[in-house]
Amino acid sequence: MTSLVLPGDLPDFAEIAASDGALRRFLHGLPGVDQVGVERRVDALASRSIKQQSKRWALDTAIRMTDLTTLEGADSPGRIRSLCAKAVRPDPSDPDIPAVAAVCVYPDRVAIAVEAVRGSSVKVASVATAFPSGRTSLDIKLADTRLAVEAGADEIDMVIDRGAFLAGDYAKVAAEIAAVRQVCHDAAPDAPAHLKVILETGELMTYDNVRRASWLALIAGADVIKTSTGKVSPAATPAVTLVMLQAVRDFADLTGQVRGVKAAGGIRTAKDAIRYLVLVHEIAGPRWLDPDYFRFGASSLLNDLLLQRAKQIHGVYWNPDRIPID
Amino acid sequence: MTRLDVRKTYKLFIGGAFPRSESGRTYVIARNGTFVANAARASRKDVRDAVRAARTAQPSWAAATAYNRGQVIYRVAEMLEARRDQFISEVAGAEGLDHRDASSNVDAAIDRWVWYAGWTDKIAQVAGNLNPVAGPYFNLSGPEPTGVVGALAPQQSSLLGFIDVVAPIIVTGNSVVAVASQDRPLAAVMLAEVLATSDIPPGVVNILTGHIDELAPVIASHQDVNAIDLTGYAGQDTTELEVAAAGNLKRVLPAPATEASHVALPDGPRRILAFCETKTVWHPKGW
Amino acid sequence: MDSEKATRPSGHGPQPEATVPDMITPTWDYAPAPEARDVIDLGRDWRMFIGGDFVEAAAGDRFPSVNPATEEVLAEVPLATEVDVDRAVAAATSALPTWQATPGHERGKYLYRIARLLQERAREFAVLETLDNGKPIRETRDVDIPLAAAHFFYHAGWADKLDWAGMGPSPRPIGVAGQIIPWNFPLLMLSWKIAPALACGNTVVIKPAETTPLTALLFAEVCQQADLPAGVVNIVTGAGQTGSAIVDHPGVDKIAFTGSTAVGKGIQRAVAGSGKRVTLELGGKAANIIFDDAAIDQAVEGIVDGIFFNQGHVCCAGSRLLIQENVHDLVVDKLTTRLATLKVGDPLDKNTDLGAINSAVQLERIRSLTDTGETEGADRWELDCELPERGFWFRPTVFTNVAVNARIAREEIFGPVLSVMTFRTPQEAIAKANNTPYGLSAGIWTEKGSRILKVADQLRAGVVWANTFNRFDPTSPFGGYKESGFGREGGRHGLSAYLQPSQSAHPEQPERSAAPEAQA
Repeated sequence: MTSLVLPGDLPDFAEIAASDGALRRFLHGLPGVDQVGVERRVDALASRSIKQQSKRWALDTAIRMTDLTTLEGADSPGRIRSLCAKAVRPDPSDPDIPAVAAVCVYPDRVAIAVEAVRGSSVKVASVATAFPSGRTSLDIKLADTRLAVEAGADEIDMVIDRGAFLAGDYAKVAAEIAAVRQVCHDAAPDAPAHLKVILETGELMTYDNVRRASWLALIAGADVIKTSTGKVSPAATPAVTLVMLQAVRDFADLTGQVRGVKAAGGIRTAKDAIRYLVLVHEIAGPRWLDPDYFRFGASSLLNDLLLQRAKQIHGVYWNPDRIPID
Repeated sequence: MTRLDVRKTYKLFIGGAFPRSESGRTYVIARNGTFVANAARASRKDVRDAVRAARTAQPSWAAATAYNRGQVIYRVAEMLEARRDQFISEVAGAEGLDHRDASSNVDAAIDRWVWYAGWTDKIAQVAGNLNPVAGPYFNLSGPEPTGVVGALAPQQSSLLGFIDVVAPIIVTGNSVVAVASQDRPLAAVMLAEVLATSDIPPGVVNILTGHIDELAPVIASHQDVNAIDLTGYAGQDTTELEVAAAGNLKRVLPAPATEASHVALPDGPRRILAFCETKTVWHPKGW
Repeated sequence: MDSEKATRPSGHGPQPEATVPDMITPTWDYAPAPEARDVIDLGRDWRMFIGGDFVEAAAGDRFPSVNPATEEVLAEVPLATEVDVDRAVAAATSALPTWQATPGHERGKYLYRIARLLQERAREFAVLETLDNGKPIRETRDVDIPLAAAHFFYHAGWADKLDWAGMGPSPRPIGVAGQIIPWNFPLLMLSWKIAPALACGNTVVIKPAETTPLTALLFAEVCQQADLPAGVVNIVTGAGQTGSAIVDHPGVDKIAFTGSTAVGKGIQRAVAGSGKRVTLELGGKAANIIFDDAAIDQAVEGIVDGIFFNQGHVCCAGSRLLIQENVHDLVVDKLTTRLATLKVGDPLDKNTDLGAINSAVQLERIRSLTDTGETEGADRWELDCELPERGFWFRPTVFTNVAVNARIAREEIFGPVLSVMTFRTPQEAIAKANNTPYGLSAGIWTEKGSRILKVADQLRAGVVWANTFNRFDPTSPFGGYKESGFGREGGRHGLSAYLQPSQSAHPEQPERSAAPEAQA
C-alpha cells in the first residue's frame, strides 16, 4: 500500500518523526523506485535541446544557483578571499554577469568569507557536523554547527549519519537533523541559518534509499536536500537528483511547503548544468528554477558557465584564458 | 448354447461424459459389407457443446504443472496397455491389418503416448529462449498453449493416427475437439473410454464421430476455437475451411498431400509447437 | 547582508502560490531546435527497385507522399500495378537459386554491410522518416533507425548458423517472400521483414505503406551500395491493390504482413488453399495494469511510453490503462501532471514528444472514435496545447470513467488516446486484460515479484512488459495471440517464419507445407 497520499491526506509528520516504528512504516511504505525506469527518463531528458535566449537564461540561472565551493585542508584565508571575490563578481569585465548564490566553506573559514562578501547578495554557506563523514558525537556536530552559524553562516550544509540510516536507525538520523536545525535557529534567532541536509547518495546505493532518505530529511526539517559531499564517488548524478526532485515535488503537493534540492559534486560543465535544469523544470516544475530551491555545489563549474556564456554573447568559441580562474 | 455377446453402444465423448448426438442420429459402420456398429453422428450442436467443454477445461489443464500433465498422459499409456488386445482386435478389423501389423500399430500408439508424456516438461526448454536484449532487461520467451484446438483425425489410421494428432495438442495444455476417422471411428471411441478412466480432466479431450464434411466447417468457423488441424483431409482441397478459419485468425495446420504412416516417431516436436504461442516477458534489471 | 537575510525565505519556505522572486523572470522555454533537413534530397527521382534497377511503374502512374505535419507533398512515387508486381516477383524468383546457394556466411556479410550502411546514413534516414511519417525526430533518431540497423546486424549473424535455429539440420528457405508493411514504423518494419528473410536465404518483394514509401526507396540505395545481388530485394510502392497483387501472386511462397486485423483476415482468406505460408502481425488493445504497490513514478512514465510513444500509432500500445482502484486518483493525478510537460508539434524539433498523426484518414478515425468516448459517458481530458495550423494533429487525450463495454475500451484507436478503467483484485485485472479478441501485448506494474510472474503467466498476450513498456529488441520475439495474428518476428523464434525443415527430414511433407510457424 502506498503512503504517498494525495494532497489533503496530510500525515502528522511530527508524530511520524517521533517514533522509530512510524518512521520506518512511512519510509518503507513509499512507492519503490525502478532503477531502469529512472535512468531511462534521465536519458530521455538529457536529449532536450536548449537554445538561444533560453540557453542564455539557463546559463545565467545556473550561475545564480551556484554554491561556489572550496573544501580543502589547504584553504587559506587568501584562497577564501579570492573565491569570494569571484563569487561576487565572476568576471569583472562583464557587469551583466550575476553573482553566484553562495560560497561554501569549512566552519573555521566562515568569518573570512562573511567579511569578503559583505554588501553583496552572495551568501555564506558552511559545511558542518563533521563533514564529510559525519562520524563523531552529536555534541560535537552541534558545536561544529554553532561555530559556523555564530560566525555568520547563512546556510549550513550538514551530513546525515549514513551508518545509522543504513542500519535502519531512522529516528536517530531524524533526531540529529532536528537538533542541528534547532542550533541553526538558536544561534541566529533573528535570521536562522538555512539547513541543507547532505544525503551522500553515493553511499546509499539504491534509489529506494535515496527516496527514503529524502523524505526522512524533509520530515525532519531540511530546507534543502543535497546529494553529496563531493568527497565520495559517485557524487551527484542526474538520476539521484531526479529522485530527490520528485521527493520535494511530492512533499510540496502534500504539505504546501516548497523545499529545495542541491546537486553537488561532479558537475563540471555548462552542458551538465543545463541538463540538471531540464530535470528541475520537467520533474519538479518551473517554481523550482530559482536559487532558493535549486543549487549547484561546484568549484570548477562556474568557469565553464562563464566560458559558454561568452560564447553565447560573442557567437564564437571563447578562450578559457579570458576567464579569470579562482 | 453359445452365449450371445453384449454389444457396445458407441457414443460421443464430450466433457468427460458419453452422450449420444443431440441430433439423435447415428450412422452405420460396416466392414466388407457387414454391419459392425452404429456410430453417433454428431451435429453442429455437438460441436458447440464440445467446444464449450473444451474451453471450460482448458485453463486448469494448462495451469497444471508440466510434471502433472506428463503423469496424466503417461497414465493414458498405462490404461491403453491394459486394453491392448481389445485395441489390436479393433485396429485389425477397422484397418484390415493382420494380427502382427495391428499389434505393432497399437504398440506404437501406446508408445506415442509415452513419447508425448515426456515432452510436457521438455518443450519449454527446447522451444524457450533467454533473449540477450541490448539493455538492462531480463527477457524470456517460452511456449504456451494456444487454447482450444479443433482436430480432424486421419481417415486411415484409426488409433495411431488419431493419437498422433490429439496427443501433441494436449501436451502443452490445450484442449481438443477431435473428429475421428469417419469410417473407422470405433477405436477413437474406445480410446475415449481409456481417457475417461485415466486422469485426463473432463473436457480436455472431446471426441466426435460423424461426417467430417458436416463437422469440419462448423469447427473451422467457430469463433471460440483457436486453431485447427486439417490432417484428416489429406490430399484434399481445404480452401473453404481455411477461409472459414480466417474469421478469427485460427492457427491452421494444413492437410498433408497424403496421409502419413504415423508408425515412425515424429522427427521433432513440430506438432506440439504448431499449437503453441510464444510469450515473451520483459523485466528491468536494477537495484 | 542582514537585510537580505530578513527577506530570505526562512523555515520551510513560502507557500507554492507565492510569487516567483523576480531576479530575472524565468523564461524557460525549449526554443525550436529543428533538425536540419538538408541532409536529404527530396527532389531526387523517386523510383521503385526491381531486379536491382530503379524503375518507373509500367503504367507510368505516380502518387504523392505527404508530410503529415505540414501537408506539403514531399515527393511522388510510382504506383505499382499487377504488371510491376509480376516483374518484381520474377526478379525475386530468378535471384532465388543463387541467393539460396550463397554460403550463409557470405549472405550474412551482405546483411552486416546493410547494417553498417544504415548506421552511417542514420541521420538521413531519421530526417526522411520524420518528414514522411510525422513522428518526432527524437524517436526516429533514437529508436527507429538504430533498431532497424540492429535488426540487420542481429540477423546477419544467423545466416551461417541456421542449423541451430531449431528447425533441424540444413533448414531451407521458403522461397519468394511477399512482405507488406505499415506506416507506423516504416523503416523498422522493413528491417523486421527483410533481415530475417534474407538471412534465411529467401528473396523478397516488399511494399511499404502508401503514406510512407520514402525510406524504403532510400533503403533500395543502401542495397545497391551493399552490392546486394539484383533481385534479392525488390521494393514496389503502392496502396491496397498493389498489396493484393503481391498476396495473390502465384509466384510468392510466403506472405508476411503487419497491419490491421481486418486486412490480416482478408489475407488469410486470400491465400486459403494456396499453400502459401503466412505470418501476420496485427492489431491490439493492450492492457497496462497498475497495481497499488507499483513504482508509481516509473509506472507513470510507462503509461506515457505505452500510449503516447509514436503518437499511439503502435499496434502494441498500452491503450487500456487498468489501475487498481485504491490508487486510481493518485495515478491519474500524476499522469495528467506529467502529460502537461509533453511537447506536441514540429516533428523535426528535437524537443518534440508527439508529432503529427500520419494521415487525414487516420486522424478522422481517431476523431470519430474519441467522439464516441464522450457520448458513451467517459470523462475526457486532453492536453491544453497549441497545435500547428496545417497538418494532421491530435491532442494527447485521456478518458477516465470508461465503461468496459465502451467502444474506446474495445476498439483499437491507433492514436494518442488512453482509456482508463479500474480493478480491485489481480484476478479482476487479468480477466479484464484478457477480455478482448486481441492478444498482442500487456503491461504489469508492481514491485512484487511473485505477482509479476503469476500475472504474466495468465495474460493472453505475446509480449508482456513488466515494469517497463514498449521495449523492442532484435533478439526478442514479437507477435500476438488470438486475433493479433500469428508468427513471431525477432529472436530465434522469428526465423521459423522464413525457414522450413530440410526436405530429407520430411519426405512425406508436401512442398506446400503451410504450417503455422513450428518454432523448434
